[in-house]
Amino acid sequence: MTDTQRRTAIGPDAGSAAPTPRRRRRLRRLTKRDRVLLIVLLGIPLLADLAFVWFPAVTSVVLSFTSWNGVGAIQPWVGTQEYKFAFTVDPQFWPAVLHNVIWILVFGLIATPLGMLIAVILDRNLKGSRIYQSVFFMPVMLSLALIGIIWELMYSQNFGLINTLLGRTGGDAINWIGNPNLNLGAVLVAASWRQVGYVMILYLAGLKGVDTSLREAAQIDGANPWQTFWRVIFPVLKPINVVIIVITVIESLRAYDIIYIMSHGTVLPGLELLSMLVTQYIIGQTTRIGYGSALATVLLVISLVPIIIFLVQSFRKEDKA
Amino acid sequence: MQGQPQFGAPISGISRRDILKLGGVAALGIAAVPLLAACSSGGGTSGSGASSITFGSNYSDPAPKSAFGALTKAATKSTKVKIDVNTVDHNTFQNNITSYLQGTPNDLFTWFAGYRMQVFADQGLIAPIDDVWDKIGKNFPDSAKALSKGTDGHYYIVPIYNYPWVVFYNKSTFQEKGYQIPTTWDEMITLCKQMQKDGLIPFAFGQQDGWPALGTFDILDLRMNGFDFHMKLMQHKVPWTDSKVTDVFNKWAELLPYVQTGSTGRIWQDAVKTLESKKAGMMFQGTNQVAAQYVTDNADLDDLDFFVYPEIDPTWAQDYMDAPADGFCLAKKAKNVDPAKKVLEYIGTGQAEVAYLKNDKWDVALATDADVPTYNAIQKKSVEVIKACKNVAQFLDRDSDPGFADNTVAAAVDKFINSPTPATIQSIQSSLEAQAKTVFTAAH
Repeated sequence: MTDTQRRTAIGPDAGSAAPTPRRRRRLRRLTKRDRVLLIVLLGIPLLADLAFVWFPAVTSVVLSFTSWNGVGAIQPWVGTQEYKFAFTVDPQFWPAVLHNVIWILVFGLIATPLGMLIAVILDRNLKGSRIYQSVFFMPVMLSLALIGIIWELMYSQNFGLINTLLGRTGGDAINWIGNPNLNLGAVLVAASWRQVGYVMILYLAGLKGVDTSLREAAQIDGANPWQTFWRVIFPVLKPINVVIIVITVIESLRAYDIIYIMSHGTVLPGLELLSMLVTQYIIGQTTRIGYGSALATVLLVISLVPIIIFLVQSFRKEDKA
Repeated sequence: MQGQPQFGAPISGISRRDILKLGGVAALGIAAVPLLAACSSGGGTSGSGASSITFGSNYSDPAPKSAFGALTKAATKSTKVKIDVNTVDHNTFQNNITSYLQGTPNDLFTWFAGYRMQVFADQGLIAPIDDVWDKIGKNFPDSAKALSKGTDGHYYIVPIYNYPWVVFYNKSTFQEKGYQIPTTWDEMITLCKQMQKDGLIPFAFGQQDGWPALGTFDILDLRMNGFDFHMKLMQHKVPWTDSKVTDVFNKWAELLPYVQTGSTGRIWQDAVKTLESKKAGMMFQGTNQVAAQYVTDNADLDDLDFFVYPEIDPTWAQDYMDAPADGFCLAKKAKNVDPAKKVLEYIGTGQAEVAYLKNDKWDVALATDADVPTYNAIQKKSVEVIKACKNVAQFLDRDSDPGFADNTVAAAVDKFINSPTPATIQSIQSSLEAQAKTVFTAAH
């Protein structure tokens, strides 16, 4: 709030010879009603932000320096021992990190570009493009948990659709979820199925917003469709592109529900993810809150990287404007 | 008050549980969803001191739920104490036990005997019930008494039933193919080879839940290294890198070619179905799962039979097995202590166990004075084979730290099952030992 006041006050005053009295007069311009309004409008979100974002995040970090088991007083303080345990001892930690990275790569290099491609094709007003849109968008309207259930039925070793189609119903039936070499890929197909539609609809909305005169101008200048897209449309869509990158990274890091459904809540070999490990240690019969918090902190730090890049990007743009 | 969700923090003020919940992860919300199921039961009122208690139950599957209902009804009839049952999905119940017992727990709750109970008793979350045992002690054999004590020697649980982990088979399959019951390891391997020739999966197996394979580890360790070594290993008084543990994994590797593949992606219920449909010849698990699943699926329970796991080392013969006992505890934070103890006294009688087992076709009573007329062939045989044991273990996740067992050992065993090589065995042994060092020095 003080920030806002100062900005209102300083702006035009900069370089004034006698700033103090005038600034005070300007301050008074904020009537009582304004001030109350400001307090309410800024205060409530601020409190919510502190209570639901900062408090849990900071508490998590603090707890990660203990090996508290969830019973009685928060102790003992063990410094970075839990982090050392994660990095050097826990056999599930590095596979989990690797799987999170694979998830980002598959989303970033396959699912997202595919969604963008579909959007560009559908934007060309093909016959029946609305039907295609609905078809691709359908998975997005389902929750990931539901998608997990649908694909679990497809992947089932004993009665699944895929094994039936492959004709592998006997002893040679493929165990898509149980085989540690196959299951991550199988889950990624299911998750991408939704991600493609999500990216498509976002990108399509962006494409619809592009001024048609730009396209016409490009055509008049003799650009082919390929050039038109990459040289004209794509740069114009920069804000959408940034949103899509951020969504891709965030969706990859928060991957949890679909795996939780497919593995029935246990951490299966081949499907270790940081988020799964966090819950495994924090909720459970003998909880290791300290260790779970350390893993959560690692996940937080990883998530901060794309968030910071995004914020820096968007603020830099604001400054320029 | 029973209409309220029973888990979690008290409403007034911010407690440590709140900090934990907020400070944990957003994913905690996922765990909270099934908790809403807890709201559905109960609705009565209970004043303190009134002869009415609340009972937190994880007997959430239909069959045990009805058996539990019969038990509480009989208890009310006998003790005049009104019992409000609060049933919660069993996985959810178990996963939230720490917060449950620290929050506003029900007076009595369902739990497991052995180390898994002792951990919580040591933390002061379960109330000692020595006075109850003064009255019911005469009803139980010494083995049941030992199971019911905490590390401090006080009693903390009243057991209701137990069940054996044995090798199941269909009588018709064995008759048709002329198979003999194996009594030694070599005979069992020969039988497995024959079954494979006959187009059967020798051992049905589902390990998706993480724990079923722990039973195989238990029985091999008990057969090869004996009861004392096994219990020492469970409580990390012997390192996991011990060569005797290597032997267990090596023996297990001999068996794995005959075990249903892809087990880490199959739930044990589906594995039972392959036995039901006679695609598999045998299955090693508890009667509480296999026989119960036969009942659930309306499969031919009369055709189901079992034998005790074959001998491996003549020193230990067939002296030990896993026979986990379930029972009931009094929460430290219980509000209606006296009526709750009255109910426990009733539950600790043969009469109460008979009431429970009337609707249960797979578990067996522990009380010596229980004369159960409703026992079927499986149950009668269960009583015999448990009695024949010199000692029974509870199960890996009950004899050891349950978190360590269900997260760490289960993950290691999964890895072993998917790649049973000497290199894997060596790496999981050293990894288990490194993790055990952290877990077993932690404050509990």
